[in-house]
Amino acid sequence: MSVLTRRALMARGARLAAGAWIGSTLPAALAHAAAAASGAKDGPKRVVVAGGALTEIVYALGAQHRVIANDLTSLYPDAATKLPKIGYLRTLSAEGVLSLHPDLLLAGAEAGPPNVLAQIEAAGVPVQHFRHGYTAELVRETIRGVANALKIGDDGARVAGRFMSDWVRARDSIDTQYGIARRPRVLFILGHTGNQVMVAGQDTAADAMLAYANAENALRGFNGYRPLTAEAAVAAQPDVLLTTTTGPSSAEPTVSLLAQPGLANTPAGRARRVVSFDALYLLGFGPRLPQAVAELARRVHTT
Amino acid sequence: MSAAPPIHPPTKPSSSSRLREPTSSTADVDTTGPTRAGAASRRPPRWLVMTALAGLLAAAVLAALCGGAYRIAPGDAIGALFRGATGDFVQDQARNVMWQIRLPRIVLGILVGAGFGAAGAALQALFRNPLADPGLIGVASGAALGAAGVIVLGGVLLPTALAASLGLWMLPVAAFVGALGVTALVYRLAAGRGRLALPLLLLAGIAINAVSGAAIGLLTYLANDTQLRTLTFWTLGSLGGAQWPMLAVIVWPVALGIVALASQCRSLNALLLGEAEALHLGVAVQAVKRRVMIACALCVGALVASSGMIGFIGLIAPHIVRLVVGPDPRAVLPAAALFGAILTLLADLVARTWVAPAELPLGILTALLGAPFFLVLLWRRRGQFGL
Repeated sequence: MSVLTRRALMARGARLAAGAWIGSTLPAALAHAAAAASGAKDGPKRVVVAGGALTEIVYALGAQHRVIANDLTSLYPDAATKLPKIGYLRTLSAEGVLSLHPDLLLAGAEAGPPNVLAQIEAAGVPVQHFRHGYTAELVRETIRGVANALKIGDDGARVAGRFMSDWVRARDSIDTQYGIARRPRVLFILGHTGNQVMVAGQDTAADAMLAYANAENALRGFNGYRPLTAEAAVAAQPDVLLTTTTGPSSAEPTVSLLAQPGLANTPAGRARRVVSFDALYLLGFGPRLPQAVAELARRVHTT
Repeated sequence: MSAAPPIHPPTKPSSSSRLREPTSSTADVDTTGPTRAGAASRRPPRWLVMTALAGLLAAAVLAALCGGAYRIAPGDAIGALFRGATGDFVQDQARNVMWQIRLPRIVLGILVGAGFGAAGAALQALFRNPLADPGLIGVASGAALGAAGVIVLGGVLLPTALAASLGLWMLPVAAFVGALGVTALVYRLAAGRGRLALPLLLLAGIAINAVSGAAIGLLTYLANDTQLRTLTFWTLGSLGGAQWPMLAVIVWPVALGIVALASQCRSLNALLLGEAEALHLGVAVQAVKRRVMIACALCVGALVASSGMIGFIGLIAPHIVRLVVGPDPRAVLPAAALFGAILTLLADLVARTWVAPAELPLGILTALLGAPFFLVLLWRRRGQFGL
């Protein structure tokens, strides 16, 4: 899952028009004819990706040269942001995707709407769907799924194997380093603007990441993201505030976060323990998961 | 209640405001009135306007067929519509795009524009208030409430078997049920002893819109991240969901609604004089109100359910055509339906080509295209309002 703040979405919107224009001027029909001729044996050549984690996986597989367009949540690696954009992954346009003459659409769990995916499939473009969830096993499964869809199963097995060994190593090292220490209570804060903070409960990527990092989500008892009042923030007694940034432009979040009513009066606020991560890195559940979990553990336990 | 409702403009034909001039001129019941002749002479003949609008609609349909993210040469586009399966992948895909994506979208666009335009025209005549639009009687907020309810609580409240069997239909069905439910509630509040009090209807509509808004707010609060985004994008409106099976269902309530509204045009025209006056002219005033309400709820409810909230068409299309054809509902309603369809098709064409291969939400564009056009017309007509 990838979290994109509304502001980031708007900022990307400007780039959208330019990117889209390049996309539509490709001699797409010609390229498609060539792809159709050779595609069956060597795997798809004109792939459209809808989902930031899937894009990362395609790069990890070294198959990025087959991708002709991706969606607005595909923010990593940097080269992925230069490709034509098919828009926000929840509001895809059937004709827009078809206009690129793809021979495969990789659709993340959140891609949609469902009827648009059905229309794309009905027009003869294979659509590979992926499941939703926040576990390392699912990431491995997704890596293999992407590789199989691209007909590079060997690469998939290799990358998935490396991912799993990285993962086991990261988890082991977290357990040995921070296993016995008191678990810090962490409050995850999404988009800290406005008069209320949005915080993560259970069944969120942030909650899963905290559990993997041997930290405790300071708020339990509800699912998804909720606005939180100043008093509830104080009552939650977080030791660390965790938040996300989108892109390098974001200013240091500590100041703005601690200016929020309530947050300054938490243990985390008094100690100025604020940890910020890139949103896709922290919550993306892509191939960088082991590194992200290790870094999260290090920073919430030692900051 | 036959007294003038507090919200609509003064009803006395003798009022000095030129705004009322149209009302007095719609005394079409006595067709020889001198005011009518005076007013009509400044307007293009009705048949000319209708022909022009029909021609424009045909052009808009053609443009919508030929334009789109998927590159098909304009000449080829029409050809692709009438070509059978050739076995050639590229040609067959072009044909698929035309038949399965573009054409249903255009049909839905025409239905949306015509439905909102006709409903807006009828309600503006019924309320004798140019600010009336389908949103006023609770249809839109009811549909939004139904949709929000099923997006947020669907997984919890509905039995899994029912949810599975409804599938893609769940959202439209819930929105339609919500639209009809809230409209019925508004209607029930304002009706009694065989009468329908329009001011009460308006106030009840405003109050229930507020209640629905609060309920949607509550659901927004309960929603998780995913549901929240689905809800947001549903609210913005899009024709992207157009599919033949869905169209085959909604075309009936919409067509029925438009026909029912059209059949009330004569009575609506008389109603512009005032309820008492219309009653004396032999119009079954209460029955007309009831029929218009039901027809609007039916037609707009089905449309909002299938396309989300597409604003401004119902408000602006009747206005714009009224500036050209005059206030007689018998002219305004069909013209507003045609003009609404043109406006929707053009807005959708822009929505799906401007940022291709992505797509803009249509609700934004109808407002963006319609409102400035409307403002320009208002500016040019300032003189009529004594400015």
